[in-house]
Amino acid sequence: MIIPVLLGMSLVVFFMIRAIPGNPAQVILGQKATKEAVAALTHKLGLDEPWYVQYVKYIGGLLRGDLGESIRTGAPIAKEIWPYLAATLELSLAAMLIAIVVGVNAGIISAWFQNSWFDYIAMVLALLGVSMPIFWLGLMEQWLFSIQLDWLPTSGREDVRNPIEAITHLYLIDTLLSGNTEQFWQVVQHLVLPSVALATIPMAIIARMTRSSMLEVMKSDYIRTARAKGLSMFWVVYKHSLKNAIIPVLTVIGLQTGLLLGGAILTETIFSWPGIGRYIYDAIGYRDYPVIQSGILIIAVIFIFINLIVDLLYAAIDPRIKYN
Amino acid sequence: MAELVRTPATPPTAIEGEKNVSLWGEAWQRFRKNKIALVGAGIVLFFIMIAILAPWLAPYDYKEQQLAERLQPPSSQHWFGTDDFGRDILSRIIYGARISLWVGFFSVLGSVVVGSLLGIVAGYYGRWVDGIISRLFDIMLAFPSILLAIGIVAVLGPSLQNALIAIAIINVPNFGRLIRSRVLTIKQEEYIMAAKAIGMSDWRILFHHILPNSLAPIIVQGTLAIATAIIEAAALGFLGLGAQPPNPEWGKMLSDAKDFLTQAPWTMVFPGLAIMLTVLGFNLMGDGLRDALDPRMKS
Repeated sequence: MIIPVLLGMSLVVFFMIRAIPGNPAQVILGQKATKEAVAALTHKLGLDEPWYVQYVKYIGGLLRGDLGESIRTGAPIAKEIWPYLAATLELSLAAMLIAIVVGVNAGIISAWFQNSWFDYIAMVLALLGVSMPIFWLGLMEQWLFSIQLDWLPTSGREDVRNPIEAITHLYLIDTLLSGNTEQFWQVVQHLVLPSVALATIPMAIIARMTRSSMLEVMKSDYIRTARAKGLSMFWVVYKHSLKNAIIPVLTVIGLQTGLLLGGAILTETIFSWPGIGRYIYDAIGYRDYPVIQSGILIIAVIFIFINLIVDLLYAAIDPRIKYN
Repeated sequence: MAELVRTPATPPTAIEGEKNVSLWGEAWQRFRKNKIALVGAGIVLFFIMIAILAPWLAPYDYKEQQLAERLQPPSSQHWFGTDDFGRDILSRIIYGARISLWVGFFSVLGSVVVGSLLGIVAGYYGRWVDGIISRLFDIMLAFPSILLAIGIVAVLGPSLQNALIAIAIINVPNFGRLIRSRVLTIKQEEYIMAAKAIGMSDWRILFHHILPNSLAPIIVQGTLAIATAIIEAAALGFLGLGAQPPNPEWGKMLSDAKDFLTQAPWTMVFPGLAIMLTVLGFNLMGDGLRDALDPRMKS
């Protein structure tokens, strides 16, 4: 199934740029551009060939790892995209870690102590969390923690006075590899606000799903049996119940991880985080269509693979699920 | 041989002490008892009233610039303060309700119409038609929705109308899949087979039997989708891809406010609160409608 979907996605992205009313080259260069300049760019983008020839060339390029060239910088996109992608991956992974740890535990405790004050507060916060625009939360965080309290940096990924030597472009790993603990803490500090903002919605959804899934499982006979055997509530909840309640939670986690990549665009804009979302956003401003096209395709491909990994995890967690 | 006596079938209304309550009546009874859902409906109604009565409620013209009064904190003259052009934030939020509700409602309406049509056709005709439409849905769902919306607006050009179109397009597969699954269930029902047996046309079966029986999940999903659409429209506005100045779109207002975080935090607080409350209202109402229309789903 994955190959037809990947091909379909490449078609969607391919036709997106061709759906621009008029000549994209004219749109990119502006109304004042000379005919020669427009013709040259049309040729450079390959827009003067039939669409099927363009598509075959495009797919051929993709298979060779050629994502085209940025109009703005002239550099191959495949080369310049990695630092941006690494920044987004670092931010998304940190956000997902926060969302899973806090969301799953809040859901478990809410189910464990159903109808307690903790349950009510956690669920009201979860409801507010799913209704809150992350870009607003990001601004509020900046105002409170950076401007008012001066605890954390407002924006960016590193302290500009103490630049990090990039090895993998995943700065947490790079600073650890170079053994520079001061820089490591600077990276952590820069990561806190954007990752918490990005984590809020998935955290709320994961908490709600964990709670309802746990409540369902905790009514089961085998849980009553486990309690009757004298097992402590902690073991019953975290070992017996959680393992059986985790499948729907895992679905939500998978979906949310993919959605994080989309949400990252907004978070990256607020916190000037040099990620792929910011890369695409800037490209929109410059009408750099090859970058928009490749950026969207790469995020969508990552999204598909995350869902594939989640499907495989189901089978690992629940032995009743088997794939042929 | 005993003579057959024809006795008229007793209609349900004739059963003593029982009221004839329709499916929708029962749902309304359940919805009315759900206090949280009522709070949600109240919030939604509040913002709808604000949007309708904006010209009478807003103390100032939302476009009126008073540069001498720029970035004023909340006061008795300007309850929510003023922005960097000296425009009254309360008035802009009141008028902004029109934009957000308009985009939320009409984008979802567009998704419902197109999604339902595609879903019905896919579910009813099956085979290759279903194959093509379902793969199209799979492909669209493979993109993070906001990213696809950004891509569409980047191509169409930034404007409120194009943001609405983009949001409508990205939500089509959600409704399409929902309706397709309903059609697959409903078309096995005996009354559909009976309708086919008496020679009813496909389109009549689809629009007189299958679509009305799929309304409940569409309404629930639609209400929740309005909440998402409002956030998505605000997100596009925040990125400068939605409403353009001087439209008082809440997301755009937040985007303008981010340059004045230090001097005028109120410019950021109130538009964000407005988005959150409206979205919360639709979420609570949607959850309540789901519990009322499909009690099996009740958590």
